[in-house]
Amino acid sequence: MSYAIEGSTGAWEVVVGLEVHAQVISKAKLFSGAATDFGAPPNTQVSFVDAAFPGMLPVINRECVTQAVRTGLGLNAHIHMVSRFDRKNYFYADLPAGYQISQYQHPIVGEGKVEIELADGSTRDIGITRLHLEQDAGKSLHDQHPTKSYIDLNRAGVALMEIVSEPDIRSPEEAGAYLRKLRSILRYLGTCDGNMEEGSMRADVNVSVRKHGEPYRTRCEVKNVNSIRFVTQAIEAEAKRQVEVWEAGGAVEQETRLFEHARGITRSMRSKEDAHDYRYFPEPDLLPLVLDETWVAELKSRLPELPDAKKRRFMRDYRLTAYDAGVLVAEQATADYYETVAKGHDAKIAANWVTGDLFAALNRAGRTIADSPVSATSLGKLLDLIADSTISGRIAKEVFEAMVETGDDPASIVAAKGLRQVTDTGAIDAAVSQVLAANADKVAEYKAGRDKLFGFFVGQVMKAMAGKGNPALVNDTLRRALTDTN
Amino acid sequence: MSLTDLTIAAARDALRAHEFTARELTEAHLAAIDALNPRLNAFITVTGERALAQADTADAALVRGEFAPLTGIPLAIKDLFCTEGVRTTAGSRILGPFVPPYESTVSANLLRDGAIFLGKANMDEFAMGSSNMTSAYGPVTNPWQRRQDTTAALVPGGSSGGSASAVSARLAMGATGTDTGGSIRQPASFCGIVGMKPTYGRCSRWGVVAFASSLDHPGPFARTVQDCAILLGSMAGHDPKDSTSADIPVPDYAAACARSVKGMRIGVPREYRVDGMQGEIESLWQQGLTWLRDAGAEVVDVSLPHTKYALPAYYIVAPAEASSNLARYDGVRFGLRENGKDLRDLYERTRAAGFGAEVRRRILIGTYVLSAGYYDAYYIRAQKVRALILRDFTEAFAHVDALVAPTAPSAAFAQGENMDDPVQMYLNDVFTGPADLAGVPAISVPAGLDANGLPLGLQVIGKPFDEETLFAVAAALERAAEFDALPQIRAGG
Amino acid sequence: MSLEPATIRRIATLARIHVEDTELATLAAELNSILGWIEQLNEVNVDGVEPLTGAQQMALKMREDVVTDGGYPDKVLANAPERAADFFVVPKVVE
Repeated sequence: MSYAIEGSTGAWEVVVGLEVHAQVISKAKLFSGAATDFGAPPNTQVSFVDAAFPGMLPVINRECVTQAVRTGLGLNAHIHMVSRFDRKNYFYADLPAGYQISQYQHPIVGEGKVEIELADGSTRDIGITRLHLEQDAGKSLHDQHPTKSYIDLNRAGVALMEIVSEPDIRSPEEAGAYLRKLRSILRYLGTCDGNMEEGSMRADVNVSVRKHGEPYRTRCEVKNVNSIRFVTQAIEAEAKRQVEVWEAGGAVEQETRLFEHARGITRSMRSKEDAHDYRYFPEPDLLPLVLDETWVAELKSRLPELPDAKKRRFMRDYRLTAYDAGVLVAEQATADYYETVAKGHDAKIAANWVTGDLFAALNRAGRTIADSPVSATSLGKLLDLIADSTISGRIAKEVFEAMVETGDDPASIVAAKGLRQVTDTGAIDAAVSQVLAANADKVAEYKAGRDKLFGFFVGQVMKAMAGKGNPALVNDTLRRALTDTN
Repeated sequence: MSLTDLTIAAARDALRAHEFTARELTEAHLAAIDALNPRLNAFITVTGERALAQADTADAALVRGEFAPLTGIPLAIKDLFCTEGVRTTAGSRILGPFVPPYESTVSANLLRDGAIFLGKANMDEFAMGSSNMTSAYGPVTNPWQRRQDTTAALVPGGSSGGSASAVSARLAMGATGTDTGGSIRQPASFCGIVGMKPTYGRCSRWGVVAFASSLDHPGPFARTVQDCAILLGSMAGHDPKDSTSADIPVPDYAAACARSVKGMRIGVPREYRVDGMQGEIESLWQQGLTWLRDAGAEVVDVSLPHTKYALPAYYIVAPAEASSNLARYDGVRFGLRENGKDLRDLYERTRAAGFGAEVRRRILIGTYVLSAGYYDAYYIRAQKVRALILRDFTEAFAHVDALVAPTAPSAAFAQGENMDDPVQMYLNDVFTGPADLAGVPAISVPAGLDANGLPLGLQVIGKPFDEETLFAVAAALERAAEFDALPQIRAGG
Repeated sequence: MSLEPATIRRIATLARIHVEDTELATLAAELNSILGWIEQLNEVNVDGVEPLTGAQQMALKMREDVVTDGGYPDKVLANAPERAADFFVVPKVVE
């Protein structure tokens, strides 16, 4: 069933388009040689070009162009061999030149698409309209002084990729899935770290509502939403607001709004002026950006395997379910880790260990796969010990906990703790005989038909063997002993 | 001959021959400035101490037998070029006490080649003007006076009025200027000196306060064609900090001055003959063509059909770019600040107080022609007309090596004239504007005097990056013209 | 195209330049004179002509991704009309 807002006049469809601003991973800024590191002391990463001093001029950073092209390729998008920069003119405290260098008429990347997966297992394509390069603005701090705002231009001039989706999104869930997928692709490519908390990825959310089958109605833009959770909440809040306006007989006005997450509502932005007349015109300090076909082809050939392709390969070669494969490929580091573990082992078992025990341990320890206390190789060795029956699956979990704590390799832990599985049939026979002898009454009950008691006997044998009995052998031996007509 | 009458070429030779010191040369110019700047107002800032220190350094080098192309030569720098540690105003109040922490590439090149900076030359505010009447630091006076009325102070032309006046009055041996609609050539013509606008991208714009980015051309002023060539040789060159800078080697411009014009084809653009043009200008033009024929060149009629549309197109494109370039003057990071009740008020009051009337007019026109609904009708149309103007030149240059035309439609006028209607002032650039729009190089050479005894210049326009042909033709005109008249207000005069 | 005072006010706001009421009339006359003169561009046949944006259409040069600039907050702030430690200061902006 598709998502809808239930209003007093019926069901309303939600139409969403996302404009994502993704900070490009590069050492220097888009048009200046200042650094881009996050969190530097104020105005220490600012050149005179960034501060728009008189006579300063932009020079484009090749790496930023490369990153934009690679991102376009990763979004299955058309790369424009000739693109152009334009000035977007407006006045704001964090925009030193009074204009932003952006791309308006001729962006570097054109149409593409992104496949998203939803919770019910279905997939949808979300269209990409375009991707262009532009400068980020500086930062204003409004809470340092009662009557003054403080301006830090460190971020001014950092390269941004603005990625615009088609208005194909129809629910908060789809928006979340799209953002997750987009972030995953950007991280795989290494073109943006997708860190919404630090502001290296921000979303402007365009929301409108309509009854099914109607043409599009007026949309509003909710600006600078900085977490996926807030995006989904903002969509719901804004869609509900718009439905209320329409149903009350009013008309939604096109405007820019902010999401107040504490109150769960959107409100109109006061400072951005009414009519945004940006007076775009071609940037006269730059020439057209011309790309070389061979260079683009080479970039394409050197792209890493991206999430969708990797997922398909995992499903095909490792015979994993779409769900498991999806979980494993969300982060490239996880996928790589998994493949190391899976080498020479049962793929499904490996998947269970990674997505189950490993993820749980990482969560508890507050770590990521990149700084996992258990390396992929170590985990693989643990799986070896299970596969060759040195230990049982259950004992392996105990060993794993010890690996997480100590960082030691599994074999040493098994030896140190004496956890080696016992497969010596003599010892098992002895344990079985001992247990049956000590529980003669229960043996009689079992033989009389109380089959459930089998589990009891297994437990007792395991207890007698300090858990180290090979479960399969224990079962076999018990069964034989209990069916022996004696 | 007084030290201040020397050409750069002659002074160079004399310095190297130790006939006098760089310090003596600089002191002579500083004394001239002291005596005459109060009247001419050619300089906004005089950097006497610095100049003497630079002269001493030059002398030390000369003593060691080391010399760069301009060692010891004192120059004026138009106050549009950012000079490190020296206040830079762009002729405006809005820059306030701004002292640039960097040196423009062009002025850095001159320093690299040993030049001495006497000070920052006055100019029309933000390079917008043709008379140097819009400067926030007062008008500049032309060292030339009308024969029969020496009481009227005349304009030196603009926007590089201070540079032209200084060189003409012998307060400096040469100067830098910028030409966006004619701001080097027209003042050169009004002041009886040589002024050159090279090809767009030939000289770097980095560190030059931007007026109209696609039209600004830094270039030299001097009293002879050869001196101009010497200056351009130092000023020009690729600058990786300017994305529009041409990556083309700098040839020996000074040597090109000696090239013969024999066999060259000189085009005469018929559309440069306008109604109401001063009669003497038409005769001087014809005289110039005769001189070139006598030197062995062939003179050919050409047509540049879109010439008259150049100025209207210019007055859309230049203000549009300026409206954006001047948005950074907002009272936040440097310059003048007028306090306001909120940020928007601060911007509005700072800019109202800091910008003069002409600058404000152009920013408003520029904002208007870029605004929603008007962009296609004005800006795009103007850029298309610009393409046609370039095409006119390109087609003409398929058949000729250079064009010769008047530089300005009149000689220098009096301060206060042409101020009633902005358009009247704009028409001063009718012959110079097209070359800015097309980006082709052009030079003005003093060729004669009008009935009032005021200088008139002739303009040579050339192919992109063919400044050498320009210098050759200009030098030929200079030789034939034998222009030796002197302005009334001058050093040692 | 004749500009009304209201239009001039709007443009002045876009350009962030305060215009006094007393200046409007003169300003309107001057701007309209300029715009009237510019109208002659409409006589030109520009069919099929691509707009020229810069005289020399060379290829945009790119620079290497190396940090070569910044790191001098004092110079950046030296000319500031108002500063607080290493920040530029403006009247408080409410979003």
